[in-house]
Amino acid sequence: MQQVRPAPHDPAPTRFQFRVQRWLLTPGIRFLLRAGIPALVVFMATSIFLASETRRTAVVDRISALRASIEERPEFMVNLMAIDGAGEGVAEDIREILPLDFPLSSFDLELADIRELVEGLDPVKSATVRIRPGGILQVDVTERVPVLVWRHRDGVALLDASGVHVDVVPSRAARPDLPLIAGQGADTHVAEAMDILAVAEEVSDRVRGLVRMGERRWDVLLDRGQRILLPEEGPVQALERVIALSEAQDLLERDVEAVDMRLAARPTLRMSDDAQKNWWRIRHLDENGQ
Amino acid sequence: MTDLYQSQRAMRQMRRLAMQRGVVAILDVGSSKIACLVLRFDGTGRLSEDNSIGSLAGQTGFRVVGAATTRSRGVQFGEINAMQETERAIRTALQAAQKMAEIRVDHVIACFSGAGPRSYGLDARVELEGQVVTENEIARVLAACEVPDYGAGREVLHAQPVNFALDHRSGLADPRGQLGQELAVDLHMLTVDATAVQNLAHCIKRCDLELAGIASSSYMSGVSALVEDEQELGAACIDMGGGATGLSIFMKKHMIYADTVRMGGDHVTGDISMGLGVPMAKAEWIKTMHGGVHATGMDDREMIEIGGDTGDWEHDRRTVSRAELIGIMRPRVEEILEEVRSRLDAAGFDHLPSQQIVLTGGASQIPGLDGLASRILGQQVRLGRPLRVHGLPQAATGPGFAGAVGLSLFAAHPQDEWWDFEIPVDRYPARSLKRAVRWFKDNW
Repeated sequence: MQQVRPAPHDPAPTRFQFRVQRWLLTPGIRFLLRAGIPALVVFMATSIFLASETRRTAVVDRISALRASIEERPEFMVNLMAIDGAGEGVAEDIREILPLDFPLSSFDLELADIRELVEGLDPVKSATVRIRPGGILQVDVTERVPVLVWRHRDGVALLDASGVHVDVVPSRAARPDLPLIAGQGADTHVAEAMDILAVAEEVSDRVRGLVRMGERRWDVLLDRGQRILLPEEGPVQALERVIALSEAQDLLERDVEAVDMRLAARPTLRMSDDAQKNWWRIRHLDENGQ
Repeated sequence: MTDLYQSQRAMRQMRRLAMQRGVVAILDVGSSKIACLVLRFDGTGRLSEDNSIGSLAGQTGFRVVGAATTRSRGVQFGEINAMQETERAIRTALQAAQKMAEIRVDHVIACFSGAGPRSYGLDARVELEGQVVTENEIARVLAACEVPDYGAGREVLHAQPVNFALDHRSGLADPRGQLGQELAVDLHMLTVDATAVQNLAHCIKRCDLELAGIASSSYMSGVSALVEDEQELGAACIDMGGGATGLSIFMKKHMIYADTVRMGGDHVTGDISMGLGVPMAKAEWIKTMHGGVHATGMDDREMIEIGGDTGDWEHDRRTVSRAELIGIMRPRVEEILEEVRSRLDAAGFDHLPSQQIVLTGGASQIPGLDGLASRILGQQVRLGRPLRVHGLPQAATGPGFAGAVGLSLFAAHPQDEWWDFEIPVDRYPARSLKRAVRWFKDNW
């Protein structure tokens, strides 16, 4: 019996297989197969899926629900607001301007905006806003310290050392502990006013306040209607001269209406009417000064 | 002469293109196997920091990214005798190598062992036109070589200038830029049967590939199996393949002689097959597992089952002693080596200062071959393996891959051949036409 043998295996590829394999190994085709076709399939699948309106909305709803479920976890909730460093009134104001309905997710809080809003308040110098562990919105406020009372055309206001409006008071009597300044534009030269007031400390019991004249220079008002007119340049030195003169010769104790220091080379005194007549009498002069 | 020149130049151009693409396939078409390597060229080879050539002998310009071997079909004595079969075998090897390399290869450099190579030594001598040896002068002296009548139907495979002499100074490797009066050159030319080359080219073309070079496999084995000093001082490399045994003689790093003996390992297998009455595949297996060339007393007692599948119990349980097997193999191996000896003698190898002989190729793995070879070929015989190259798989580092590895080295650093130089201007055929045109212009 003749044994039936299979033909010996020939591993040779056919010409067609060989060509196909070479074609597939071509770099461009290879890239297309490895990246292009998967990308195309993914793109087509997504476009087909998103072609329907209901599926699109379902996806959007799903995503927003997922987002909400994360945002509303108790770890992210803010329940109350704590304000430190602010007085009663300021804290009240802050609570008023921040439109927050607690409890609130911390994802919905824009801390930078809140801080800006708080710093926008007049009595607040600076503020830091953060979310403290335990779900507390912590607002740390540094208040402005009023150093002057400014009486102007529309009322009486408190200014801090940099001249910024702090608060409005009904009258000057509300803050008798602070010095008074007055006049148009006085709030822009608070630093100078403070310097002048520091020098005027020597006669503080007599100082009634400072007046900004013509938006360019200061007058110091004393009681008994006395007035010291200070120059634009070097008002502090001028006032020091007046005070030194006063200490040496009791200038301000005398019956003087005004000390005019506007021209440094020629300080001038204005005497009161009585004093002038008295002076004439002593010098035997008549009404016309003859 | 010119069309050969043109086709070789075209192949050089292909090789340059392949280098630009950075990928080239190496194809060793042998009688017993077809090996294919895919090389990737990644920049020029650099020496290591200490300026030594390192463990890879400086061959670092390329990397083997794919390797495949397949049983050869349709190749006998190193020549293609069944085109379809060979084409299929080449396709198999190429496909597997491409698959391993994951890259498409368009250019192939091939080598084969058969086709009756014949070596010619040519020389020429010219007076220099100027004082300095220029590229053009070298082309001129090469063109002045007296080409012998190597017969119709043969083609020049290699034509390498191996030595330049300038006036009375000989042994110049590169005379360009030197001063002198008279330039002489020695050229080694190797011709093979044109049909074998055309068949191979046709097979490769049928595989949609471009032939970027073609080389003799005995030369390539010498390039990879001989170490540098052997190439420099003179040595012969004997590549014992399946159907043919190639031999090449090297001197001063140039091949100066190559020849082929049309016998190889397949003939040993055939002898075993006939002597023991077993099929070729079984004979090959017996040769590989139990073969040898030196019988000892122990071998009389070592019995080898040679089997069979006739169903006859007696026939299928045949055994032979290893001594008998050796008795069959040894005369044939001796015959091959004797033939090699006679070819070497004919080439005048015994006049060379160094008598080093290196055996490589698949059939050199027969145990005890070095002892037998030293008895026939002389004392300085060693077994050679190919150089190490980057990325060569372990399976392809055996002596059977000497040709393929040598071809990789050759692809990376080819020897200057005749056709690498421009044809001198006065030999150029277009010149006469140009002259005629000028004559017309001048006279009309």
